[in-house]
Amino acid sequence: MDVLRVHQVSKRYNNYTALNKVSLNIPKGSIFGLLGPNGAGKTSLIRIINQITAPDSGEVFIDDKPLMPHHVHQIGYLPEERGLYPKMKAGEQLIYLARLKGLSKQEATTRAKDWFARFEMESWWNKNIEELSKGMAQKVQFVSTVIHEPRLLIFDEPFTGFDPVNTNLIKSEIRKLRDNGATVIFSTHRMESVEEICDRIALINRSEKILEGPLQSIQQEYKSNKYSVELISAIEDKPSLPSGASLLEAEKKGSTWSLQIQLGKDRPNDLLQHLMPQGTILLFKEIIPSLNTIFIQKVSSL
Amino acid sequence: MSSKIALIIYREFITRIRKRSFIIMTIIGPVLSAALFILPAYFATLPDEERVIVVLDQPTLMDFDRGKDNLKFNYLDPRVYDFEQARAFFRKSGHYGLLYIPSGETMDPDFISRNITLYSLGDINFSTENYIRDQLEEYIQKEKLKSQGVDPEVLARTKTKVRLRTINMEEGTEKESLTPVKMGIGYVAGFLIYLFVFIYGAQIMRGVIEEKTSRIVEVMVSSVKPFELMLGKIIGLASVALVQFLIWLVFGVAIYTLASVFILGDAVEASRITTPGYQANQDISFQVLNTLSQINFPYIIGCFLFFFLFGYLLYAAVFAAIGSAVDKESDTQQFMFPVSLPLIASIIVLIRALDNPDGAIAFWFSIIPFTSPIVMMARIPFNVPWWELALSMVFLVGAFLTMTWLAGRIYRTGILMYGKKPKLKELAKWITYRN
Repeated sequence: MDVLRVHQVSKRYNNYTALNKVSLNIPKGSIFGLLGPNGAGKTSLIRIINQITAPDSGEVFIDDKPLMPHHVHQIGYLPEERGLYPKMKAGEQLIYLARLKGLSKQEATTRAKDWFARFEMESWWNKNIEELSKGMAQKVQFVSTVIHEPRLLIFDEPFTGFDPVNTNLIKSEIRKLRDNGATVIFSTHRMESVEEICDRIALINRSEKILEGPLQSIQQEYKSNKYSVELISAIEDKPSLPSGASLLEAEKKGSTWSLQIQLGKDRPNDLLQHLMPQGTILLFKEIIPSLNTIFIQKVSSL
Repeated sequence: MSSKIALIIYREFITRIRKRSFIIMTIIGPVLSAALFILPAYFATLPDEERVIVVLDQPTLMDFDRGKDNLKFNYLDPRVYDFEQARAFFRKSGHYGLLYIPSGETMDPDFISRNITLYSLGDINFSTENYIRDQLEEYIQKEKLKSQGVDPEVLARTKTKVRLRTINMEEGTEKESLTPVKMGIGYVAGFLIYLFVFIYGAQIMRGVIEEKTSRIVEVMVSSVKPFELMLGKIIGLASVALVQFLIWLVFGVAIYTLASVFILGDAVEASRITTPGYQANQDISFQVLNTLSQINFPYIIGCFLFFFLFGYLLYAAVFAAIGSAVDKESDTQQFMFPVSLPLIASIIVLIRALDNPDGAIAFWFSIIPFTSPIVMMARIPFNVPWWELALSMVFLVGAFLTMTWLAGRIYRTGILMYGKKPKLKELAKWITYRN
């Protein structure tokens, strides 16, 4: 079942179209990448899902029910422009934000304490946010996003501003949340940063969705029969290839050749067989196109 | 009201009440303003250092007048001292001044009056100069009357002091008119509203800017509606202002009670003492307290609370909208001008309205919502017709609702805009955006 369904959503500001009839389906338990360059309309879409703004036309469904005010309690949102009240104590602030998400005072307090213990930050409870280091404040911010155990988590440019240690911590926490049944949306223009963790993606460019689907099948669809090969060879000349295959790149370091080969109609096994007598094969791998490459290819083909 | 607004109100309230600046302002505010009124009056009653004027009175015009409390006349014997000697004496003595009254050939009062000179080593203060002139005029007049054959004793007896009592006949209750006291109340009330609107309005604006610069605002609006956030802030600060005002009210009542016990008690004592100056002083405080007790305070305080609250609310939303439109406080100036204008106009009209509470200017400015909270307070102590009061109140509430709605629309667009310095025209455009 789809946790979130966006149907033909459009949004205009004066003469500027932020979103043009965008539709998305986000299945329960997936990690979804909402990808596209800056200004493509990602944040506009996220603000609509969070009911910060309303669409000019189109609809949004959560569990097949039209978006309602109470749905904000089921969403955890970490905006790109994020922060906390600098003069408020960390613990107090967490409780405040949790209560605004509908938790009772007791519940908010218990959960906040749990999270502080889990991230080993009990000693910060009574410190003002402005006294914390940036990394510490980021942890508090992350906890504030997930403390009400939302079923849908939305992270806008999640890894900008987080240091590598926190990035890994948060990635692993997010996976845990997904394993416990939450659905996660990552919105970013840095496509390579989420490639490894997304199940599904949608590409947005200039207010329109241009591609959507499971990451693997998209990559399968966009791969172009290219292979990367490394082999140790005694001979000085470039390794010879079967007819129909062409050499895209060739580089020799010491006695090791690094090759990129465009295969024609042959199967990869034929290439491998042809190469084997010429030296010792260190690596033989199909080149899977990166999301960046797919995006550029898709945009230029439109 | 949703529980979320209540939460926001509570946070705004508690974080501000806890601030050291609130506690300090609440205590120091009234002390400072009291000092502003009381200190000059107090200093005026302090005895000045004694000044001595050396007098060389050749015609014995001044009858060896001893002067007053802090201004003494010391006479040089004209048979011993001539003018040059008197000057030399004055130089050495270091006294305040030397008054030289020459007799001339004929003792002609007109000649004398033209030739009196006051010498000094520094500047003579104004009140001293006036006092001496008045005294001399009186003495010369006496001389002239004597020369015309009028006995000064007779003249003294014919002098009568009139005490004019003014009585307001309105509404059948003939009371001594309380006009000056009422003017004082109207002025203080109007001015307080002016101050509160500015101080607390600026605080709201700063609070909104702070939420923008700390980037908390988008986190917040993912949980609550922007309008709720704005309203929570406005009401939260209103309750802070009310608490502050109530603390001052309690102070005020306490001081009033204490003052009436002491001064009214003293006044009875004072009537037995015959020192005229002292008596007059006590009379005034006695009268003020006496008239204060005749004023309808519950009515005035009730009206004050209403205009105070809605005046603040009307402007608060506008201040919030301004805060939402900018990234830093220094960018607010272009928007502050149109907001300050009616407030400053109110203060100017307030003074005129106190003079003439039923005039056309006072009437209109007390009906127009942007000036009515301040100007109406000038009229309230003077019994405003009930329909005018009601009209003003209805307009004010209506304006508050409209402005808050408009400001809310600017606010919800403004808080999510970064790095832009919008013009007034753009703000107007934001109003028409669909949410």
